Amino acid sequence: MTAKSRTMPVVIFLAPFLLIYISFQVYPLVQAAVSSLYDWDLLTSQKHFIGIDNYLRMFTDPTFWDSFKHTLQFVIYSTPIIVFSGLLLAILLNGRNKFLQIYRTIFFAPYVLSVSVTTLIWGFMFNPQKGLLGALSTLLGTREIYWLTDPNYAMSAIIITTVWWTVGFNLVLFLAGLQDIDGSLYEASMLDGANSLQRFRYITIPGLSRTFMLVLVLQIIASFQIFGQVYIMTKGGPGGTTRVLIQYIYEAGFRDYELGYASAMAVFLFMVMFIISYIQFAVFSEEKK
Amino acid sequence: MKRTKLLTHAILIVLAVICIIPLYWMLVMALTPNAALKLNSTALWPQGLTLVNFAGVFNAGLTMRWFLNSVIVTGMTTVLTLLFHSMAGYAFAKMRFRGKSFLYAFSIAGLMVPKEAMFIPLFLMFSSLQAHNTYMALYLPRIATPLGVFIMVQFFRSIPDSISEAAEIDGASAYRTFFQIILPTSLPAMTSLGIFTFVLTWNDYLWPLVSATRKEMFTLTTGLASLQGNFAQATELGSLMARGVIACVPLLILFLIFQKNLIRGISISSGSK
Repeated sequence: MTAKSRTMPVVIFLAPFLLIYISFQVYPLVQAAVSSLYDWDLLTSQKHFIGIDNYLRMFTDPTFWDSFKHTLQFVIYSTPIIVFSGLLLAILLNGRNKFLQIYRTIFFAPYVLSVSVTTLIWGFMFNPQKGLLGALSTLLGTREIYWLTDPNYAMSAIIITTVWWTVGFNLVLFLAGLQDIDGSLYEASMLDGANSLQRFRYITIPGLSRTFMLVLVLQIIASFQIFGQVYIMTKGGPGGTTRVLIQYIYEAGFRDYELGYASAMAVFLFMVMFIISYIQFAVFSEEKK
Repeated sequence: MKRTKLLTHAILIVLAVICIIPLYWMLVMALTPNAALKLNSTALWPQGLTLVNFAGVFNAGLTMRWFLNSVIVTGMTTVLTLLFHSMAGYAFAKMRFRGKSFLYAFSIAGLMVPKEAMFIPLFLMFSSLQAHNTYMALYLPRIATPLGVFIMVQFFRSIPDSISEAAEIDGASAYRTFFQIILPTSLPAMTSLGIFTFVLTWNDYLWPLVSATRKEMFTLTTGLASLQGNFAQATELGSLMARGVIACVPLLILFLIFQKNLIRGISISSGSK
């Protein structure tokens, strides 16, 4: 074979993906970093170089910090709930039984819904007059809660919605992790007379530690990117109490037409998530060795 | 022993009912006349069963157009992802060339870029091409995520080199080897990647929201979201819920058929397998 006949296929096999990847993934990243250094108006398309002013502005912008705080709140409250409910369900549902399969299907099903179907359902679930939660509080004789318009409850409503929507994803990952644990370990421990609690403590927990780290990091990354639920259900309200970072980036870019400023915040978000992803990567390759 | 089993089932049944009631309630409202819902929308049984709401979706409004848009965009994304990512994955897994490990690392590094954070530069790019409100703008950025390449590389590494070597000794070109011998054997991996891509694309929200600003170019996901802020729609709760049902039925059907593949796709792509 000539050198040419070996090189051509490689080029042809790689070119379509690499071209699209460089154009729509690598280039935008560079472009974001560059435009974050400009004062760039979307309407007039005028731009001029202002160095790091967008970043300086960002660190003194109370709305930016509020949005970042709400994003962190969401990450910190929702992550343990979603991860541990996924883990608990996986432990209850691990096995080859036909019934278990049906439960698994039910708990996983909401994950395939789009964010707008999810918010359509839950937006009305939380409606005190029209929704099921309102009917439930009437039934129990408790006070009506204005979930989506009360600053004390709006973030909880977003979190409840998200748990329902995405717990199935973690369930699936934990189930895969449980099935990877060597079954002979359990058999051996039973011969040694270990009870089910001891087996859980000394086999299941250590066996799941890698999956647990993985799920945790994936969940944190996903939670940092929260946008749709908030934007559709509360628009960031009431009074900005649920505005999250991606929403603020979106508003800065497309409501205030400040592309440079929006890019600076996008770069900030990218840095935060890059660090988290890097930790995941480091943990993951550490385990592989 | 028996008692704990019974208790487990009792807990699971309660949780399963809580999990499924919101979906069921959407269906009940979709089957109830709008007028009845104005008086009471919290019944768990349709009060005056009707298909009017569904008929309305087909006759009026843009929902069917959005459905078509979603089918086109999701279809194109899935097909192109499968083709391009399996080709690239095959090259990385089975072909020998200089700079391979660097190129692969470069391609996979994109997994660390949060897709949601980069919509501003993408928006500017398509603006300068004057390509917003086109199908291409909706699917091209979606096939740039390297997840598929990663999945396919993992798969192709697991098939023995002897298969492609035997074909090449028989004089088959690299293309024929790939398309006629390798691809048919990779059907399980392709199905997993395909269904995973389909679900993610169908449900994509932020990029279509930014790029497709003309109502006729909304996808079902952004279109349905656009109806929810609208107070006029709240008086037609049944029609709104019927649109919700139509938006999720294709996915739920696909999910029931390909559940195993989807789960496999998730496990591989997250790096847990």
